[in-house]
Amino acid sequence: MLDDLDRRILRYLQADPARAAADLADAAGTTPAVLSRRLARLADAGILRGQEAVIDWRALGFSVEVSLRVTLDKTNPRAFDEFIAAAREIPEVLEIQTFLGQVDVRLSVIARDLAHYQHIWRGRILTLPHIADIEALMHVARIKDELRLPL
Amino acid sequence: MTDIDDTDRAILRALQLDASQSAGALGRALGLSQPACWRRIRRLEQAGVIAGRRVVLDATRLGFGVTVFLGVKLAAKGRVSLTDFERAVTAIPEVQTVEHILGLYDYRLRVVARDIADFERVLRRRIMTLPGVGAVEANVLLSEERRPGPL
Repeated sequence: MLDDLDRRILRYLQADPARAAADLADAAGTTPAVLSRRLARLADAGILRGQEAVIDWRALGFSVEVSLRVTLDKTNPRAFDEFIAAAREIPEVLEIQTFLGQVDVRLSVIARDLAHYQHIWRGRILTLPHIADIEALMHVARIKDELRLPL
Repeated sequence: MTDIDDTDRAILRALQLDASQSAGALGRALGLSQPACWRRIRRLEQAGVIAGRRVVLDATRLGFGVTVFLGVKLAAKGRVSLTDFERAVTAIPEVQTVEHILGLYDYRLRVVARDIADFERVLRRRIMTLPGVGAVEANVLLSEERRPGPL
């Protein structure tokens, strides 16, 4: 379904989403007219879903980032749904992921400082439903954060 | 740290969902003139609050059916150079993110693969051969959602 040109276009687009169309066409070895047709086709097929802005929360004063690994009480069949619904209500939760493995759910939580984190932890996290076990891992640094696909 | 007001927050929320919309269109939606909206976006970019833009691709439709989070512990701390490990792991195309973590393990990697067999190939040939790699814990991603954050 995808040919080499599609893959090249997506590869260059991933590397620099702000690149001008003429420049992108050049790099991918095609013309702007073909490029725009290909982009439209990739969007129609639901492959290219758009662009999103990446926010640097540190620049907004959120210097603490913690990864919470949660094991749920699976004797309750509603545990996943109710836990996730409640986690969505916490503004400082940036990501909610579910897993197959030792961990059931992971929450990525940001806070302004450790005092603020403590406040969220006590007031919002520990009160979430169906937690069997929870452990917190502190982020030190982000070494690579591109989320690109190896096309 | 950058101070932002409610209008900036609304801009950030909108751009997180769709960063391809023009300053004119976004301004209209928020009751701002095109130049006023453009100036605000530019200020947020210059302050580093908008760290960049990311192309959103449907990984499954592109044939990447498996995402695994690996917790990697380094084997011999002190004898292994963190820089060597970080440089080598960052160069692996299937490794989408690398985070330095404090807690159970040292690094968390997000690895994307076509299927479980492909993941095993990446794990054996690329990850287990990294300099200094010790115990590795794997969790297969079942679902994920990104939240707008405290805006």
